[in-house]
Amino acid sequence: MRRFALIAVPYLWLLFLFLVPFLIVFKISLSDLALAIPPYAPTFKDGIAEMLRQFDFENFVFLTVDDLYWKAYLSSLQIAFFSTLITLMVGYPMAYGMARAPEEWRATLMMLVILPFWTSFLIRVYAWIGILSNDGFLNQLLMWIGLINEPLTILNTNIAVYIGIVYTYLPFMILPIYAALDRLDESLNEAAEDLGCSRMQAFWLVTIPLSKNGIIAGCFLVFIPALGEFVIPSLLGGSGTLMIGKILFEEFFNNRDWPVASAVAVVLLLILIIPIVLFQRNQQRQAEAEQ
Amino acid sequence: MKFTIMGSIAASTLLASMAMAEEVRVYNWSDYIDESLLQKFEDETGIDLVYDVFDSNEVLETKLLAGGSGYDVVVPSGTFLQRQITAGAFQKLDKTKLPNIENQWDVIEDRLKKYDPEGEYAVNYMWGTTGLGVNVNKVKEVLGDDAPIDSLALIFDPANMEKLASCGVYFLDAPVEIIPAALAYLGENPDSQDAEVIEQAEPLLTAIAPHVQKFHSSEYINALANGSICVAFGWSGDILQARDRAAEADNGVEIAYNAPTEGALMWFDSFAMPVDAPNPEAGLKFINFMMDAQNAAAASNYVYYANGNFASQALLAEDVIGDPAIYPTEKTLKNLYTTSPYDPKLQRVVTRMWTKIKSGT
Repeated sequence: MRRFALIAVPYLWLLFLFLVPFLIVFKISLSDLALAIPPYAPTFKDGIAEMLRQFDFENFVFLTVDDLYWKAYLSSLQIAFFSTLITLMVGYPMAYGMARAPEEWRATLMMLVILPFWTSFLIRVYAWIGILSNDGFLNQLLMWIGLINEPLTILNTNIAVYIGIVYTYLPFMILPIYAALDRLDESLNEAAEDLGCSRMQAFWLVTIPLSKNGIIAGCFLVFIPALGEFVIPSLLGGSGTLMIGKILFEEFFNNRDWPVASAVAVVLLLILIIPIVLFQRNQQRQAEAEQ
Repeated sequence: MKFTIMGSIAASTLLASMAMAEEVRVYNWSDYIDESLLQKFEDETGIDLVYDVFDSNEVLETKLLAGGSGYDVVVPSGTFLQRQITAGAFQKLDKTKLPNIENQWDVIEDRLKKYDPEGEYAVNYMWGTTGLGVNVNKVKEVLGDDAPIDSLALIFDPANMEKLASCGVYFLDAPVEIIPAALAYLGENPDSQDAEVIEQAEPLLTAIAPHVQKFHSSEYINALANGSICVAFGWSGDILQARDRAAEADNGVEIAYNAPTEGALMWFDSFAMPVDAPNPEAGLKFINFMMDAQNAAAASNYVYYANGNFASQALLAEDVIGDPAIYPTEKTLKNLYTTSPYDPKLQRVVTRMWTKIKSGT
């Protein structure tokens, strides 16, 4: 009985926070646009049987007809992939530095990584507008140093989107990698060096493989939310920035087409299921290995 | 005896606190009111005013059509108002509770009938035109002294836009504003509901879109005012606000607004009451308050938009009533056009076209 209760909790969690919302969205994706409140038909008011009769996959077919959608999915995948890569390259050395820092420093360093979360995410992204705009701090600084004569156009381009994503998700990369590196036994590196490895070789052959789980966890924690990101591309990105989050917003707000918007969301979720399952499996394997 | 007095004091404070707890929720456009009016309303009526803002009709409409928006008064523009009336999003206004309605201006009431044929659901708040905001000095620097600052050629002729791109151009992120303008420039009917006609706007807009730095419906006020862009295609009052902010900052930026000579879109933002308004009584009080001649004048003097209130005109500042950019001359008024809402199928064509124009796909 106790065991059952233990299993039931996470499943109830999944049921109410994932499956039920998903089914609602899925139901809307099978209905049709209507000028009413709510703006789709059929609804539960029409009766379940009638509702089921009117359901169809028209909206999903529509997504394949227009090349906008798969282009947006691809472009989102690309942006999410490269920003994950950049976040890893920036985050790994930081996590490494933290793990190698003197014991008494670590709590402070950890604090510094978490500190930005004390301010609203929206405000932090807005602050980047002030930094990156043509007459923003960055351009003023670069011109003052004399590196450039003309301001660089960064804001409203994909570069700004990358900067925004890397900045926002950096702590999600640092923390799991730090956790992995922190547990790493320093004597393993020493042993590798004793056996003839250079420091560099020891890093590649010992440290990296042993922090693999942290790297994988960090990458998924960045990649998954970055794929559906809406706020960052809409505030920092330009009109040429094509991301599925923006398309979703447009379907909802400009076309007022909830059914197609829901279909876009369902497909996004299907795309996300692959990395989510991989992530879960990795976490599970890690947990088992530790037992 | 003493006890009863105490009792009645307690009762009356209780009543007063209950009256204080009464609340009205208003959802209006951003930068669209003299904020001292909000305090004045609370002082006069004792009703708590919750005042939220939006910057696009689309956001408002999504909230309304989802139902349960929680607002008592909202301010949709013409075509959106019409569609939302059809969707059953609004309730009829009880005119007996709106004594100030006699202050309204019949000319605007007539034009508003295109969207609210019986005049049952909405009363006009502000109206204006969509046109060209320019940083006069910068534009002349780039295009020369005879730059066409009152013609759509300024923004629809690629040769001009190529040069203007260096100093920055913003467009409204609203196809329902830009596409009619493009059609007017091409000599077509701006209110066309024919997909083939509307599609003629696409090559024109595709050619100039790369030179538009941003499509956004509110950021251009600041961007114009601080001189970081030189042209904005936007709403009259917003551009005039930018003009004023620049003048106040004394930063050497001179902004001018012109309704294009090819014809300009005339739009109406009107008060309406959601069908599920939690406190319609208080909502009507707010609408009535805003139709008071003094208050309507204060709002217009602050936001630089013309209002639909005839009685307020005597109370308007000279730089509002006397400015043809705000209260157009008879001749310009004839040149203004209005548009109708697209049906869902056409709306999809338009939105798709808009995405394609903006992102190239």
